[in-house]
Formats: sequence, structure tokens, C-alpha cells
Amino acid sequence: MKDRLATVLLTLIAVIIIAILFGLLGFILKNGAAKLNWHFLTSPPDLLNPGGGIGPQLFNSFYLLFLTMAIALPIGLGAGIYMAEYAPDNKFTQFIRLSIEVLSSLPSIVVGLFGLLVFVNLTGWGYSIIAGAFALTVFNLPLLVRITEDAIRSVPRDQKEASYALGVTKWKTITTVILPAAIPGIITGAILASGRVFGEAAALLFTAGMSSPDLVYSNFDLNSPTSPLNVFRPAESLAVHIWKVNTEGLVPDARAVADGSAAVLVIAVLIFNIGARWFGRWLYRRMTSASAS
Amino acid sequence: MNQVERSTVVGSQSVPQQHGKSSADRSEIHRKLLTPNKSHMFGDLSGRVITLLCAGLLIVVTLSITYFIASKGIATFAFDGVSLSEFLSSSKWDPEDEPAQFGAFSYILGSFIVTVIAALIAAPLGIGAAIFMTEIAPNFGKKVLKPVVELLVGIPSVVYGYVGLTLLVPLIRDSFNVLGFSLLAGGIVLSIMILPTVTSVATDAIETVSQDLRNASLALGATRWQTIWNVVLHSAMPGCLTAVVLGMARAFGEALAVQMVIGNTTKLPGSLLDPTSTLTSGITLNMGNTIPGTAYNNALWSMGLLLLIMSFLFIVLIRILGRKKMV
Amino acid sequence: MNETILHDTIISTDDLCVYYGDKLAVKNINMEIQRNAVTAFIGPSGCGKSTFLRCINRMNDLIPGCRVTGKIEIDGLDINQKQIRMEGLRQMIGMVFQRPNPFFKSIFENIAYAPRFHGTKKKADLEVIVEQSLRKAALWDEVKDRLHESALALSGGQQQRLCIARAIAMEPSILLLDEPASALDPISTAKIEDLILELKEEYTIVIVTHNMHQAARISDETAFFLMGELIEKDITSNIFTAPGNKKTEEYISGRFG
Repeated sequence: MKDRLATVLLTLIAVIIIAILFGLLGFILKNGAAKLNWHFLTSPPDLLNPGGGIGPQLFNSFYLLFLTMAIALPIGLGAGIYMAEYAPDNKFTQFIRLSIEVLSSLPSIVVGLFGLLVFVNLTGWGYSIIAGAFALTVFNLPLLVRITEDAIRSVPRDQKEASYALGVTKWKTITTVILPAAIPGIITGAILASGRVFGEAAALLFTAGMSSPDLVYSNFDLNSPTSPLNVFRPAESLAVHIWKVNTEGLVPDARAVADGSAAVLVIAVLIFNIGARWFGRWLYRRMTSASAS
Repeated sequence: MNQVERSTVVGSQSVPQQHGKSSADRSEIHRKLLTPNKSHMFGDLSGRVITLLCAGLLIVVTLSITYFIASKGIATFAFDGVSLSEFLSSSKWDPEDEPAQFGAFSYILGSFIVTVIAALIAAPLGIGAAIFMTEIAPNFGKKVLKPVVELLVGIPSVVYGYVGLTLLVPLIRDSFNVLGFSLLAGGIVLSIMILPTVTSVATDAIETVSQDLRNASLALGATRWQTIWNVVLHSAMPGCLTAVVLGMARAFGEALAVQMVIGNTTKLPGSLLDPTSTLTSGITLNMGNTIPGTAYNNALWSMGLLLLIMSFLFIVLIRILGRKKMV
Repeated sequence: MNETILHDTIISTDDLCVYYGDKLAVKNINMEIQRNAVTAFIGPSGCGKSTFLRCINRMNDLIPGCRVTGKIEIDGLDINQKQIRMEGLRQMIGMVFQRPNPFFKSIFENIAYAPRFHGTKKKADLEVIVEQSLRKAALWDEVKDRLHESALALSGGQQQRLCIARAIAMEPSILLLDEPASALDPISTAKIEDLILELKEEYTIVIVTHNMHQAARISDETAFFLMGELIEKDITSNIFTAPGNKKTEEYISGRFG
């Protein structure tokens, strides 16, 4: 009797969790559906009249993601390689492990505060994309290190042995045998991490800032404040925009804009998540199947 | 047997070594094997050094975060004359009054209460889901529930906050005839946010319980539920606690989702349905509007320092639980 | 027993011991291995034969806590000294493992990998090396039309011959084979054995095997290991017809192992 009751209860919990996900997704997508059009995705926000869009925010989010990954990925790869292949069993390694643990459990608002002190004030860059990208790097780095380390550790031992037995040095073995074999795992993880970066807001409030200048997309002068590519301009990301529209509510159609932004953000994150799984599997199959080159 | 070995050694000395290859050949090989290859050595060394620097950077970042936040956070007590006990225990927060008052107790209390609510909701749900995934329906669990949980992890916290704001706050407002922005709303939003974390970590913990243990229990005539309750959960307990603590750490540090539904008043809440503030919401709202160097601004940094210290404490707790698992 | 037909020593050891932590895994081995012959190591599993084999190209260096004492010389050169360039040593000594372990790369890249590292950069040269190595490993005809396909698409036996080709491509003088046929079916095993007999013209081959018939079929000399000790080593026909030690006889006749 107890046995059956427990089974029913546990099944109910599983159903609740599934319902939460689909309820959330359904709610967000249904509310935002009306806003999912080209105009909304590309035009700048309008503070006075309804009908503004999220063009600059969307661009900023992608640009921030790109810069963050460009900084964090090489460092994360390097540190992950060190932890998987070199790190001896000593105090120093333990300290690195502790650091990874501390960094990955830091509240993102604290990362944002650190970014404010160092990347905004100390460097004199002010609220800027580059400050935001560095803050997101701090936020993202521990995850990338873990992903790389796990991916490298899951490469079969015999691959490494084969290379060493051929007289190839350790570093060459890492770069030409181990890393290529670990790539599907690293890419899958990196795409998942990208989804996290894309949706992060708290670390950006006081680093990339809460405003975005009017962007002139034809302006490639990297020093111009209206150039989208200028890394020293402030840049409100999509996630920050959702928060700001809701808390400040200056935009007349705040609710609709927030609905649309949330839908876009969730769709983007879903694409990252599903894309990561699909791409990882595809790459692995390609590497191990007859059609590889 | 020793004789055999000896005879081979003797053989090795008696057999002339220049039999096969000429001695010139041989010394050429020796030279090759004894001369270091500079480019290989350089490549190997630079690889080791570069990756070491990357790993070392993690330490540098961790230490500098601690240093910078701590040095700003201590200013409140060192320069602005606020006593630590006042900051921690007084609920009089009026930074713009004359004299300004910096009692952050209501913020601290708010943070703790929403965290506890979140844990109380997420722990049974998360651990229950973990049991369902491992013990009741592993197949369905792996194919459906696990991807669902992973997608939930991926949803950004602002989205949780936003749904809380548009769905949950009105719901509480209408059901209880209150403002709606409340500790309860914050706790519920956080519970859903940390649910996937709790579920996946608890699942890992339960999966590591050995099948022998389960079989032994079942063989003794225990029902499935008795086995789960007495054997599986018992031995997975430290892991499940770790899952809950990890979730709480995340809840305690979450800023925007909470800030959107908590109401942001500085009064002590009278009930779970009252609005209040948390450390994170206080920082989020005011950090941009205060002037660096002022006592008000410094007090916000002190709140940041408190968040950092709590984050360390959660790690210590997780490490203690982790050590228990080993025994 | 000293009347071995070959008297051209290439590898010799002097009181070689291997420790894993405190555990002595290989005890005081004194052995000579002859050039261009096939030497087989037999013995029950865990007897130290593989560990000893891995001393020859110092693969034991990779195992944390593993320590080697005593002397091992190749052509009179002590290879355990610090100054030894591992790349050069292992280029001279090819190794094939128990399970086929081709890289997750194309057939061509698998073979070209080591020569490219050891200094052959030109594509035309590499193509020659790849073809020659595959021919020597009796694999060329089976794969010449799909050199750029993944090596993992090959059958187990083909993969193992690919691994042999990969080792040959470095132009080693010694080949170490660590139970190379134990994961293969009988037909693939026969192919590998034929191959070994052909390769012995050019290479010194040391093979670890748990299959006594295999040792009897392909080796010139056989060494019997037990509990980390070398019990005896002699020309193969002697070992199998008139072993000098009682333990060898018991093992050969299947009384334990």
C-alpha cells in the first residue's frame, strides 16, 4: 500500500516538473508570439511611443557572447588541459580546484560587482562591452575549465598511449591526438555554456551597463560611439533589457516588449541547448564513422 | 633457475657486441638518442607553461575578487564608523537620514527566508524526481525527465523572475488579497530556479548507490519503497544534502529574479505575504544610484562582501558533506 | 641451453626490477634478446611479462608510482639514463598494443602521424611512407581506395594491422607486440602471425602472448615468466620439447596458468 502510494507520489512529482517546463515555455512563447516579427527584432527601442523593438539589445547580446567566448575559450582550454594532463597531486593543484569551485559558486551579482571595480573603474573603460565581456569571462571560465577537463579525461587512454609509443612528445600528443578526440565534448559544453552567457544579466548590470547608444550598423569606425563593433561603448543586453523594462517601466508598452524579449531569449536558449546536443552527436559520429576525412 | 639467469649474463659478456651493426652505426644511434631535440623540448615546455598560466589565472581571479570585494566591503566599518553588530542586527536602514542608519538585518533576513522557502519546496520535489528517475522509471527518466531538467537549467533567471512577476505575483495578490510582491513569491520563484540543480545532483548521488545494496534489501523481503527509503536514501543522504545546499547557495546569490518579485521595501516583513528586500535586491537596485565612496555606497559593498562570505560558507558546507560521503 | 643459434644481442638487461609503489612486479631480470629474431614472452597473466616488455620502450614511465631499477641496454646504450631522448628511443622501438587503438583520424593520417612528427613534412614523401608501411603490413590492397576514410571503420583485424603499419612507418628496428592478437578472431590472428614471420626479416620482434601455440608457431626464442621472475629462456623448440625447469614444464603441459 505504502509502496503504491509512494510510486504515485513520485510519478506526480515527475509530472509536475515536466508540467513546469512546458507551462513556462508555453506561457512565454504564447505571450511573446505576437511580437516575434522582423520589425521587433531589428528596430531600436522607443521610450515614448509603443512599438519599439530590441534590435540593439539582440545585437549586443550576440556581440557580448562572441567576445566572452573569444577571451574565455582559450583560457578555459588551457586551464582544462593543465588540470587533466599536467596537474600533479599537490597543494597547488588543490588550490586551483578550490578556486574553480569558488568561482563557479559565486553569485553572478558579485561577479558583476568585481567587474565594476576592476574592469569598469580601475581600467577606466566605464560601462562598456569589453568590461561586460571580461565579467562574463569570470562567470563562465570555471564551467569551461570543467567541460574541457571532463572532455579530455573521457578520451580513451589507449589513444594517448598509442601516441607516446610512437615517440611523440606530450604537448604534441595533446594538441594532435587528445584535443581533436575531445572536441565533440568541448564544443557541446561550450555551446551549452554560451546559452548560459546569453541569458546572464546580473553580472552585466554594472559592467556592460543598462543603456545602449543608437547603433549605426554601417559605421565600422571602432572608436565611434555609434559603431556597433566599438567595444568601449555601453551595451545593454537582451536579458538586462527584460529586467530593466520591468523594473523601470518607462517604455509605454513595457509588458508587450518584455513578453517579446522573454520569448526571444527563451527561443535563443532553446536553440543553444538543442543545438549543442545535436551538433555534438553529429560531430562525434562524423569523426568515428566511415565518412570522416 | 638462478643458474639459468647467471648463464645468460655471462653470455652477454662473452658474445662480442659488434656482431650485427658496425660500431660506427652504433655510435651514430647513440649520438641520436642522447642529443636533445631543441624544438621538441621547447614545444613541450611552452605547452606546459602556457596551460599552467591559464590554470594559475583562476587562482589570481579568485584571490583578486576576494581582495577587491573585501577591501570595499570593510570600508563601512573601517571608515564610516558603522559597527558590525549594528549592520548585522539592526533593522533600521535609512542611509539618507541624518545621521544615516545602516542596519541591514531586514535584507539579511529576507535573503535567508527566501532561501529556506526555496529549499523547503525544491528539496522534496528535486529528490523525489531523482528517485523517480533512478528507481521507478529509469527509461522514461532518462529519455524525458532528464532532458526536461536540463532545459530548465538553461532558462535564464530573468525569465524566471519575469514569469514570477506576470503570473505568480498577481496570483498571490488575488488569492490572499495582499500586494503580491512578497517573500513567498521570491521563495517560489527561487525554488523553481534551483529545482533542476537539486534534481540533477541528487540523481547523481542516488545513481552511485551500489546495486548490491538494493538487491540485498530486496532479497530480505523489503518492498521497493522500504528499500528506497531505508537503504538507497540512507546511503545517498550526504549527496542529497549536497544537492540541497548547492541549490540554496544558488538561491541565496540570485539577484534579478528575486528583485523582480520581492517588493523591495526595507521594512521587516510581518508574514510570508509581506514584501521585503534581500541582500542581492538591495545591491541591484541601489548600486547604480549611489555615489562611489559615500557611506551609502560602501554599505552596499558590505552587503556584497556578506554575499561572498556566505558563498564561501556554502562551499565549506559542501566540502564537509563531501567528506562524509567518503566514509 | 647456451647453444642458442643466434649470437647477436640487441637488447640486454641486468638485474632489471620494476616496482609499482612498494610492490615488486618484475624481479631481477637478466635477459638477452637477439637481433632479427622473434622472442616470445609467455606466462600466466600477472606474471610481469607485459611490464617487462614496457621497460624496453620505457612506457612504464607513464604509470604514476612506477619505478625501474637495474640496467637495460639497447645496442650497448643504457636507455634508463636521464639524457635519453624519449622521442628517439620510441621512434626506434615500435609498439603494438593488446587492443587495436587507431587514432580517431583517417587511415592515411594514422600512418603519417609519427613520420610527420619525426621530421618528414613533404606530402609526397609521406604518401610513399604510407604506401610502403601498409604494404608491409599486408593491408594496402584492402584500404588503398579509402585512405582518407576513418580508421575506425576498419574491422578489428584490419585495425591491428593498421597499428602495425603505423609503428613500421617510423622505421624502427625493434617491434614490441603486447598480445597483439588476443582481441582478434582466428582468421585475423592467422594473418597477424603470417605478418610477424615476414617482418622478422627486417625487425627484431618481441611478442607477449598468453597463447603457447602462438609462441611455438612464430617465435625463435621463448622466455617463460612466473610471478615477476624469468624462469627460463631458450630457443623455442627446446622450451616446448625439453624445458629445463620443472615449472616451465608444468605450465607448458597445462597444469596451471
